[in-house]
Amino acid sequence: MENPILHALFGRLTFDAFPIHEPILVATFIVVALGGAATLGAITYYRLWGYLWSEWFTSVDHKRIGVMYLALGFIMLLRGFADALMMRLQQALAFNGSQGYLPAHHFDQVFTAHGVIMIFFVAMPFVTGLMNFVVPLQIGARDVSFPFLNNFSFWMTAAGAVTVMLSLFVGEFARTGWLAFPPLSESAYSPDVGVDYYIWGLQVAGLGTLLSGVNLVATIVKMRAPGMTMMRMPIFTWTALCTNILIVAAFPVLTAVLAMLSLDRYLGTDFFTNDFGGNPMMYVNLIWIWGHPEVYILILPLFGVFSEVTATFSGKRLFGYTSMVYATVVITILSYLVWLHHFFTMGSGASVNSFFGITTMVISIPTGAKMFNWLFTMYHGRIRFELPMMWTIAFMLTFVIGGMTGVLLAVPPADFVLHNSLFLVAHFHNVIISGVVFGSFAGIAYWFPKAFGFKLDPFWGKLSFWFWVVGFYFAFMPLYVLGLMGVTRRMRVFDDPSLQIWFVIAAVGAGMIAIGIACSLIQIVVSIRNREALADLTGDPWDARTLEWSTSSPPPSYNFAFTPIVYDTDAWQDMKERGYVRPISGFKPIHLPKNTGVGVILGVLSVIFAFAMVWWIWWLAALSFASMLATAIAHTFNYHRNFHLAADVVARTEGERTRLLLQRS
Amino acid sequence: MTLAETRPAEAAQTPVFYDLDEHDHPEGGSTLLGFWIYLMSDCLIFAMLFAAYGVLGHNYAAGPAPRDLFELPLVAVNTSMLLLSSITYGFAMIAMQGRRVRLTQFWLAVTALFGASFVGIELHEFGGMIGEGATPQRSAFLSSFFALVGTHGLHVTAGLIWLATLFVQVGKYGLIEANKRRIMCLSMFWHFLDVIWIGVFTFVYLLGALR
Amino acid sequence: MRLLRLAAILAAPLALSGCQAVVLSPSGDVAVQQRDYLVESTVLMLLIILPVMALTVLFAFRYRHTNQKAVYEPNWDHSTQLELVIWGAPLIIIICLGALTWMGTHLLDPYRSLNRIDAVRGEAGGQDSLQDSLKVDVVALDWKWLFIYPQYGVASLNELEAPVDRPIAFNIISSSVMNSFYIPALAGQIYAMPGMETRLHAVINAPGDYEGFSANYSGAGFSGMRFKFHAVAAKDFSAWIGAVHENGGSLDRQAYHALERPSQNEAPRTFASVDPALFDAVVNLCTDPGKMCLNQMMAIDAKGGLGLDSARNVMALEYDKYRRRGSLFGPVPTGLASLCADPKIAETAKADAPRMASAPVRGLGLPEPSWFKTPTPPSAALLSRHPTNS
Repeated sequence: MENPILHALFGRLTFDAFPIHEPILVATFIVVALGGAATLGAITYYRLWGYLWSEWFTSVDHKRIGVMYLALGFIMLLRGFADALMMRLQQALAFNGSQGYLPAHHFDQVFTAHGVIMIFFVAMPFVTGLMNFVVPLQIGARDVSFPFLNNFSFWMTAAGAVTVMLSLFVGEFARTGWLAFPPLSESAYSPDVGVDYYIWGLQVAGLGTLLSGVNLVATIVKMRAPGMTMMRMPIFTWTALCTNILIVAAFPVLTAVLAMLSLDRYLGTDFFTNDFGGNPMMYVNLIWIWGHPEVYILILPLFGVFSEVTATFSGKRLFGYTSMVYATVVITILSYLVWLHHFFTMGSGASVNSFFGITTMVISIPTGAKMFNWLFTMYHGRIRFELPMMWTIAFMLTFVIGGMTGVLLAVPPADFVLHNSLFLVAHFHNVIISGVVFGSFAGIAYWFPKAFGFKLDPFWGKLSFWFWVVGFYFAFMPLYVLGLMGVTRRMRVFDDPSLQIWFVIAAVGAGMIAIGIACSLIQIVVSIRNREALADLTGDPWDARTLEWSTSSPPPSYNFAFTPIVYDTDAWQDMKERGYVRPISGFKPIHLPKNTGVGVILGVLSVIFAFAMVWWIWWLAALSFASMLATAIAHTFNYHRNFHLAADVVARTEGERTRLLLQRS
Repeated sequence: MTLAETRPAEAAQTPVFYDLDEHDHPEGGSTLLGFWIYLMSDCLIFAMLFAAYGVLGHNYAAGPAPRDLFELPLVAVNTSMLLLSSITYGFAMIAMQGRRVRLTQFWLAVTALFGASFVGIELHEFGGMIGEGATPQRSAFLSSFFALVGTHGLHVTAGLIWLATLFVQVGKYGLIEANKRRIMCLSMFWHFLDVIWIGVFTFVYLLGALR
Repeated sequence: MRLLRLAAILAAPLALSGCQAVVLSPSGDVAVQQRDYLVESTVLMLLIILPVMALTVLFAFRYRHTNQKAVYEPNWDHSTQLELVIWGAPLIIIICLGALTWMGTHLLDPYRSLNRIDAVRGEAGGQDSLQDSLKVDVVALDWKWLFIYPQYGVASLNELEAPVDRPIAFNIISSSVMNSFYIPALAGQIYAMPGMETRLHAVINAPGDYEGFSANYSGAGFSGMRFKFHAVAAKDFSAWIGAVHENGGSLDRQAYHALERPSQNEAPRTFASVDPALFDAVVNLCTDPGKMCLNQMMAIDAKGGLGLDSARNVMALEYDKYRRRGSLFGPVPTGLASLCADPKIAETAKADAPRMASAPVRGLGLPEPSWFKTPTPPSAALLSRHPTNS
């Protein structure tokens, strides 16, 4: 068919793979290329490469890695949100015989990419980033259990994101919806590279997520400060523990099910085919066995954030700590017993459906208990409406609506009329945006001064807040209405002109959210420029309650010069109340892990491997895989991964902090 | 740990809030726990493959069934290879605890030999089936069979690469703490693969030959 | 409960769009009952959601930082009574909702035949008409809907005609990928899947033209996969059947295969005659000549397969593994399979190339085991993959 040498060299990659005939993609490419060139140019001009490489990319410091996760999440949010805007615009335009401006080929990629990117490369990095940054500080540890693994995990997540981004300009992305149900995702119906990009992007990122889960579970179990029993752990750490247990117990399922799909696509096996005894319904079951716990992986840590924020800004102990912990554990366990509610309409029979419907409702009991606990934490408090608290209030008011529609969808007779409708789309955006996005923003605003030593600018923050919250209601309340009008999701064109007004309102809402995102970008720039005025010299800008606030802002590389001893859940509050004395002498050398570039190398190699697999460039796939293996093995021959930070360096750092604290008082 | 006592009744009395005389966390203190958690997640991958086999294992697509394909004597030999390799790994562990470098290396090598013959026999079995036309593409039963048994085989292969690496590292650096920890981890990995194989042998081969 | 329902309908914030919201004002009895469950559950949950929202606003306002008059108890963090309430209140709501769910799910199981025509006439009113339900076989194709009326031997594409107040029993299948069969005015949706038949029982109570569509994304032509559902009086339905017979057109295997080719926004049309075995063949993935049917294959598998001799006989099994349904090109092995494909299989494939129009729907080139009786019609016992009507 074509030149066999070219075929051997480039697999199925040809010039046709570059979408030069699609003006939207060419324009996007030009913008990305110019933006990228400007960024790279600026980094080169300011001679930041060395700094970035040695202080960030190769860093094994959990705080730096956490910040990099959040940066990755924010960059991908821009991409995922651009997709959302394109969809809203298409659906607002495609009426009265108009086809809109996106052909099916493009529109179907856009909604698939939006879902995949928002879940895997925005929400997951936000959540993982917050846990990475906060958990070791909250439990009084100097780093995570496996610092190198942490760096490696981050670069695998980034490699997955790069793989998915590559599909924008080389080839195409999946046109299957974000869970790629077979038979549509089988090679007969999706013979192009889209689903392969999907598979390899998720496999690479999934490995990173899994290892980061293993790491954080081991950290929380093993590295807590003396005196911090399980029931004295800060509530965010508790939710992080449950989340990471969920990650460890759910992501292998995704790995296995995607591996089976790729065997079908690459080797022609029969797991999910229609003929030869395959069973597509098994895929739907298996992927939701991962998919439902994934929802709780995303939301649980943010429940922790809201708990910390509510307690801090109400100036009160968290109400019902014990019941909060049990609620979290119950949710963790129950999240494995509900997966079938995603496809009641498959015809499983009334008894099966009602079992899964009722287990789903049962989850709302601990969730409801949590909501009440936050309420009663505010009760008899002194609530300061700083930015994190504003996000929390918006969450509480918005999330209950999403929770209610969620339980509604768990009633099978109701689900039969609302399944796959825009009502469903509105429901899960309602819980994910109010829970995960508002929660992440609350967490970022809350811990930003801890990470960088200055607060975020409140004016632009509040502007962003109002645009986001109001924009959310404008964007998604119309979708609830449309769902009740019987409009299904993933439609590209519409016949009924009476629907258009609702789509226009939703598009306006999406536009408002876009302004909200712009405001938070401006907020970061403004805050950096005003960092002197916004500076936090105390290390405790919010009068908070947990251990991360007992050290300086930003914390030194070793977090704590002396490991704190814990007597209470709110350990730092306890220390403040009972007149702790900060030691200013007697420092000792501190054992710390060394930076390493192996994680970056492995990340780059896995992008090459994924790319080669997608395009059937077998020699490159074999070569990059062998290189990965060789790099990993070579890394195990490095036995000197730690060093001692000299006592006088510690003394100098701590002396500087003593000076700042005195200067303030 | 007396410090972990509950909050003292007299709040006025300021307790010790910092551990002024601490020692470094022992290096690799969490490694065994972390590796154990990893193994459990790996176990879930196998659980999924077992589940797939459970669902698809009877779908022969009017093709060959287990009783046409499985040679139990061969599989029995194969199983004994893997079980023997576990025993010899146990000897390697004993040698390691006795700080005997060469003996540890010897037993590691023997383990690798048994492991390699396990993989070899498995490849031979696969080759025979594929030669007869019973390829993974033939039916959902064969797809899930090759995926389950093949994934186990890939794990054993990975274990062999790890064994070879450790063999060199023990030779080069001796039985230092880090190497001991690695031998412990590989031991868990190796025995874990054994346990999985028992499951494969029982559910796939024995029950397959019975039906 | 009726009061609650009334209150909910009045209070529903969506009442403004109620006239258009087909889910809230459907015309089929099943959809009406499903709407009722939706509303009842909403009301039950609002019992707890509204107080929570009110309390959130109240507490946020009352305990604001600047209000120094409010009580401040920084160390108050536990109250057993309150804990009981905050766990108990949701629990009670969920117990009620759970009971409702259990009942509703069983009563409105789409596989269950109807026991009433609508709320007014109840069970007694329509006993006769309940006996005589209209059977419709639904096939989701890329990207259009085919409806076969086995009692009348006719079929229609992208339009569905049914008499009011007569129960309809749908048997639903897809030829290629997953779809979902949904007429919001009539009843809730149910998936249309390849090789896996699903059922739906429903009745329409008011004449009219309603929207029907696929509610599960199925590829490029998904947006246009819509049809009109015409609910008409019984005599008009008979007239329509007569007109279909007059208009001619026949849906045999060849016409079906032409129909199977992917196409978008097909205009509605009808067929005066239909191959009576067609739907069964679609369900069993054996509309192509010389293919083995799924039920036949499963019967063979239940007996332990066909042994090693059959290992290379795959041509009679292939349905859409290598090429999408209705595509014109031959099998193209993809991915690594192109490297590893067994040349012998390809040879057998050539040798077994299907001859067009060889009638028996049975495995070609396979030795038929002596114990095996060609199941026509397929005996239900062998159809373990197809849920039976309980």
